Amino acid sequence: MTAAVVCRGLEKTYVKGREQVPVLTGINLEIEQGDFLALMGPSGSGKTTLLNLIGGLDHPTGGEIEVEGQSLGGMSNKALARWRSENVGFIFQFYNLLPVLNAQRNVELPLLLTKLSRKQRQANAETALEIVGLADRARHKPGELSGGQQQRVAIARALVADPRLMVCDEPTGDLDRDTADEILELLQMLNADHGKTIIMVTHDPRAADHAKRTLHMDKGKLVTAGALA
Amino acid sequence: MFSQVREITLMNIRNLPSRVGSSSVIVVGIAGVVAVLVGLLSMAVGFDAALKGAGKPDRAIIMREGTSSEMNGNMTPEQRAIIKAMPEVELGSGETYVVAAIKKAGTDIDANVVVRGVEQTAFDIRDEVQIVSGRGFEPGKAEIIVGVAAAGQFEGLSVGSFLPVRDRDWQVVGHFTAGGTALEGEIWGDLDTVNSTFRRGGISSTMRIRVAGEAEARSLDRKLQDDPRFDLMVKPETEFYASQSEQRTALINGFGLSVGIIMAIGAIFAALNTMYSAVSTRTVEIATLRALGFGNVPVVVSVMTEALFLALLGGSLGAGLVWLVFDGYSASTLNQASFSQVAFDFAVTSELLTMGLSWAIGLGIIGGLFPAIRAARLPITTALRGE
Ligand SMILES: Nc1ncnc2c1ncn2[C@@H]1O[C@H](COP(=O)(O)OP(=O)(O)O)[C@@H](O)[C@H]1O
Ligand SMILES: [Mg+2]
Repeated sequence: MTAAVVCRGLEKTYVKGREQVPVLTGINLEIEQGDFLALMGPSGSGKTTLLNLIGGLDHPTGGEIEVEGQSLGGMSNKALARWRSENVGFIFQFYNLLPVLNAQRNVELPLLLTKLSRKQRQANAETALEIVGLADRARHKPGELSGGQQQRVAIARALVADPRLMVCDEPTGDLDRDTADEILELLQMLNADHGKTIIMVTHDPRAADHAKRTLHMDKGKLVTAGALA
Repeated sequence: MFSQVREITLMNIRNLPSRVGSSSVIVVGIAGVVAVLVGLLSMAVGFDAALKGAGKPDRAIIMREGTSSEMNGNMTPEQRAIIKAMPEVELGSGETYVVAAIKKAGTDIDANVVVRGVEQTAFDIRDEVQIVSGRGFEPGKAEIIVGVAAAGQFEGLSVGSFLPVRDRDWQVVGHFTAGGTALEGEIWGDLDTVNSTFRRGGISSTMRIRVAGEAEARSLDRKLQDDPRFDLMVKPETEFYASQSEQRTALINGFGLSVGIIMAIGAIFAALNTMYSAVSTRTVEIATLRALGFGNVPVVVSVMTEALFLALLGGSLGAGLVWLVFDGYSASTLNQASFSQVAFDFAVTSELLTMGLSWAIGLGIIGGLFPAIRAARLPITTALRGE
């Protein structure tokens, strides 16, 4: 089985006006299928940038990156968009649900990009909501749900198209301790029972404890074992 | 692709009520542009119709060569008799065209009204002129009839009342209509009565004739031009009124368009501003959709549709308002060449309404396109940060 993620000498430099801001300076990393990886490090160390490259939201400026057997380097924006919709589930710190849509419709959104019939879309969205334990809140809009419930809806949305990889950027950053634990247990369950590969950026060492392993970043580099030489 | 576009667009439109406040700027701005534009141009269209409607191909006006006003000209009774006897001329009426100042209804201001002295044949030549109350004037008496538009706009012109003109008192004996044309804004009296009141002797200013058609009018024109006894020209009525209308319509059209363009520029900025802020409050939403794999097309289409929806709403509001308020609304304008009031109706035609809505659509496209393109161009990672 191919690795879920392989990065070799991965670099990302932002251009701000005339200034070049190197954010990732040579990342070597391999993540196996079924891993649950926590990515820690100080603010500004490049965690989100790395996660975005792995999720195919941005193009690297150097090095190689292969995710789910696909080399992302030379892909067009359009091809990347399609690839994301089929291969990656995204979970954000502030849930990023669409406020006008109810939970069911929010979860259905990614399925609009598939060939599934309306009935199938609805059925799959219901299943995803059941997995996250929110089947009874399907008709609620995000504004009528607690933070933890909204994050569950977001997780259902990330699940619904059944990607193998889920990337989470500070998924518990906006939640209290107990709610955060519930969300982390849900992620553990998805990793253990549904075989999802999960990469989670977090500040919180207790959140990282829920992962199978933890990598640390500092100033655009990985600093712990787990990185390739 | 289609279902993506539809779902996202529907979602945006459903989102609109929550942004009523900021969206209403677009709606009101565009409603204003369309209302002013359609309103002013409907004036031009109505004015044009009033003047053009007055012209018939089987009628012609004989006037002094080189003039464009019915006021100028001196035709003696002998000249008129010679012309009436010519084979091209089926009927002829010598006419004197003067203006009198009368108080406008409901104001203290005097305005000029056309007083036209005509012979009895004038009623046969202009068969659209119909007495609607009272009776016609009698030859030789100090009696006048008043067009219904003039009767409405000026004071003291009801049937039976007396109108002091110069050293005489003319009695209003009837009101007439003239098929909605500018003649309805005039006062008519007997040619001899008007001539003697205005000390013109037997001299009329013009002559109105009935001919077989425009060709006969033109051949008569050549004949009179070649005749050393006359310094006259013959113009088919259609041509005469068209040239009268042209100047004024061009003026109103030009004015309407420039005001419309100035307001449109304002409305574009309002629309751009509103759409930019509508899009920027949804930067994260749009970026999330793109992260999930939605393409630029649904994003652009949905923003554009929203702008177009708002613009059409504004356009319909503006056009509808003008149509309700102005269509058929009577107005008058000062004809600078002859210092007389011409009565006309605003004509809010379907062409004008269509044009107004086209402007609205145009404004919506411009107002939506740039924000839509910006939303689609912003890198997803930047947009997700929500800065
Ligand atoms: N779009 C961008 N343009 C310029 N600089 C950026 C951009 N995105 C991130 N950065 C910079 O890159 C560095 C790393 O950011 P990020 O990956 O978000 O760090 P972390 O998630 O570890 O806090 C920061 O200094 C940030 O300011
Ligand atoms: Mg971050």
